[in-house]
This record gives sequence, structure tokens and C-alpha cells, in this order.
Amino acid sequence: MKEAFDVAIVGAGPAGISAACILAEAKIKTIVFERGEYPGSKNMSGAVLYGHDLAQILPDYIERNCPVERNIVESRIWYLSREGGYSLGYRDSIFTTDLKYNVFTVLRAKFDRWYAEQARSKGVLIVPSTVVIDLLRNDSGAVVGVVTGRRDGEIRAKVTLLADGINSPLAARTGFRAEPKPEQVALAVKETIELPSEVIEQRFGVSSADGVTIEILGQITEGMDGVAAIYTNRNSLSLAIGANLADFASFKIKPYELVETFKQHPMVAPLISSGKTLEYMAHWLPEGGYDAIPDLYGDGYLIAGDSAMLFNALHREGSNLAMASGKMAAETIVEAIRRDDYSRKGLAGYGERLAESYVIKDLRKYRRLGSFLYHRKEIFNQFPRLASFAGREMLTVNGVSKKQKQKLILNTVRKEISMFRLFRFLWQAWRSIR
Amino acid sequence: MSMKIEDKLFLDRFKVNQESHLRIIDGEKCMKDCHEQPCLYLCPANVYRLEGDRISVNYEGCLECGSCRIGCPHLNIEWCFPVGGYGVSHKFG
Repeated sequence: MKEAFDVAIVGAGPAGISAACILAEAKIKTIVFERGEYPGSKNMSGAVLYGHDLAQILPDYIERNCPVERNIVESRIWYLSREGGYSLGYRDSIFTTDLKYNVFTVLRAKFDRWYAEQARSKGVLIVPSTVVIDLLRNDSGAVVGVVTGRRDGEIRAKVTLLADGINSPLAARTGFRAEPKPEQVALAVKETIELPSEVIEQRFGVSSADGVTIEILGQITEGMDGVAAIYTNRNSLSLAIGANLADFASFKIKPYELVETFKQHPMVAPLISSGKTLEYMAHWLPEGGYDAIPDLYGDGYLIAGDSAMLFNALHREGSNLAMASGKMAAETIVEAIRRDDYSRKGLAGYGERLAESYVIKDLRKYRRLGSFLYHRKEIFNQFPRLASFAGREMLTVNGVSKKQKQKLILNTVRKEISMFRLFRFLWQAWRSIR
Repeated sequence: MSMKIEDKLFLDRFKVNQESHLRIIDGEKCMKDCHEQPCLYLCPANVYRLEGDRISVNYEGCLECGSCRIGCPHLNIEWCFPVGGYGVSHKFG
């Protein structure tokens, strides 16, 4: 293709499409490359989205028929041992009124496709089934376009936005972002499980259109640093479980067997009972946190979303950080085009915008969390086991006095964990999230 | 009843290319130098299987996560995306 564009975007996910929408509104000629058959066909997340960041790009996303699965009215957290576990949830009627669509579930193959369609209607050219295999550079090394896998597949552009996700052989090849180390990513597998909507509403205690999310920690990851989730969609549940990739390797646990054991947990099985699995997927989650974020811009290029390792594991925020960073990248590009300066200096506004935003502030706040969880494996085995022992003991009526039960619990815990270790753990836990 | 990986992959839609996008660079290394062989465990699609004295690469069911590429202790796997439009296509995502 001989045509030249102002901006080339690699990847039609939340980061790339958000940027494309903003650029189209500024009448900037933009092309987006997507390696899948259609946008969303290679993408996977929980998947929850946050209305706030989407509304920054498309204020009228509801009127535009955004494929919302269920509006989330309750968020639960489970801490599980092998046989049981604790459940804590927060539900609020405000999430059906003033804060409706604060969080909602989507199916990414549908949402991303719809989202890309909105960008297309604004004038963006979206090219699916096209892999970007390299970047074009000029003599001084500045990026001046992309090389696709198609014949005559070189496209020149003033600026290139890399929004190609966490698994990016392009980043590794071009050196814009180092290949992640196994401990810097989590591998998650996910099943979409079909259930009639009435059954979902009954099991989760919600009315139609409303839904629940459950985040799950504990022995379900068999001692590995990991997490699971069950989210309600309209006619299906999203069930995902993942763990640090280095742990998968050293524990020699197969992801597809882990998900099967998870599905049989006594608190999980009744929720998915009689459900039919429709699809099975796998994807990475960026787990490196703040310290894994690469240099986010340079001569002729910027990086956004998962590709930039912008992911908040604790708050399950990824797609919204992709949207927010995509928007900031686009705003920076608009400035650069007006000034006709695509150098690192001309794109420095991106770094400034990010640093002032919640995106980087949140990631900095939790910068120690990833390593804390990775090194404190007791969270995923010993602690839930002991916690369940305590719960079971206190709830068993067997003629033993409560005071004696309390003593038994404390002695059992002390036998395994010294008070010093417990306090050190709590201190480190606090430090990792403060 | 536990679901087998073959049954899981059977649910997915794949457009399979004639040519593999995954390749073990030096097969001998896997058998001689790699004691852990983590590819046999960490691949969520069971792409890598021990068959006699070699590891076979069943790329047709690859879910394109990239885990084998960085999880191979010898970085002995050449990994690129399938040609545009090929590979797995999520219906739900």
C-alpha cells in the first residue's frame, strides 16, 4: 500500500480503538491493524469494564448499543480452602441507579467488535487479518511506519501507536519492550459456561440485567500465586483461573487440569451446575507492575495498554487502563501533529499525562504487591487452610466451650506460624499496597 | 465429570494454516539438556507432547498465549503469530 497515514495503530483492542476514536474526532488520518479475523477475536479478559473510562471516549456508549452483558450490582471476594471458604460481598442499590454501569460485564469478542465499529463510523480505517511483523525506521532510527505480513505491506505513518497487547513478539523483536520474564506474567485460562438467564438470576440473587462478580483467592490455585474469577453474563458465566507463569512451570500444574479442579470446588460447582462450556481460552495478564513498565514513547512511537504493562492486578483493572492510556496517547499525537514534531520530545506529553493520571499513580501505589504475593506462597495454601480450620471449629457445636475452641485455634496457628512471622507478614502486606 | 483438554479445544473455532507458527529450534536440546521440560505442563492447549524420544508440536490447537516462548528455559521455541486471520478466533472472548 502506497498510501500514507498520519497514525498507524497496531492492535484493535481497547487501547488502540480508544486512541483511534479520539484521533478520528480530530480529523487525523488513522489506520488500525488487527491480526484477528475481526477485532476481539484474539482478545480475552475477565471480562469487566468500567463505564467511566469508556464514557471518556464515547459518552453515549449506551445509546450506541454497547453490548453490555450485565450491570454489576455486587462484588464478592472469596477466600477458599480445599473444602470450604469465606465469602465477603458488597451490594448497593446505587449501582442500579446513579452509579449504573460503574462496572459491567462484556464478552470481548462482541464488545471489541462493536467498539471498533464505532471507530470505523468516525472514519478510521480498520484492517483485520493483518499481522504487523516489523516497524519501519528512518536512518536515525525513528519509527516511520509499520511492516505487515501482507504483500507490499509497508505503511508509512507519522506516528505509530503500539497497542498490540501483552503477548507481543513485535515488541520483543524491535526491542521497544523487553520480552517479559515468566514471573512477570500470569497465565489465565477461561471458560464461557452457558446457563439460562433465569438460572443465573436465581443462583446469584439478582434481577434481570443485573449481575455479580466473584474474585477468588486461596487453595484453588494449589499453592501457586494466582487468582480465579466468576462473572455473570446475560446467558453465561465467565469462569477464569490463572497463576504466575513461573509457578505453573515449577509446580508442574497443567492449566486445563487446574480449571477442572476449580470447577469441582464445593462453592463453585453449584453455581455452574448443568452449565455447558461454550468456549475455552488462554491469555496472559501483565503482572510485572510499575517496575515492568517500559519506556512508553520515543521517536515516532508510543506504547499503550497491556503492551505497556499497564495492569492493576489487585483491582482487576486492565481494559480501562488500556482505554485511558490510549486516550492520552491520542491526545499527545494530536498535539504532535499540530506542531509537526514526532520526536521523543514532541511526544513527551504522553509521559506527563500518564504520570498525572490515576493509571500510573495506582500502579506506583501497588508496585511492591506483585513481588509480595509471588514470594508469600502461604497466602495460597497455609493461610486459607488455617482460616478454614478456624471457621469450621467456631461453627461446630459439639459441647466444647467457645473459649476452649479459641484456644485450640490459636495454638494450632501458633504451632505453624510464629507471631513474629505473622507480624512481619502483615507489615509487608501493608507496605505492598499503601 | 472432568473435561479433557481435547474436548475443550473442540469447542473453539480454529482456522488452521498449513504451516506451523511454532517451531522447536533444536529438538535434541529438549531431550539432552532440558530436564524440566516445562512446555509439557504450562501450555494451556497441550500443544507440546512427549512422543517417544521427541516433543511433538501440535500447533493446530494453539491458543496463542505465548507461554511456551518465554517459559522454555532454553528459549528454544521459535514463536510468531499465525498469518493474519488464522489461528484461534474467539466467539465470546
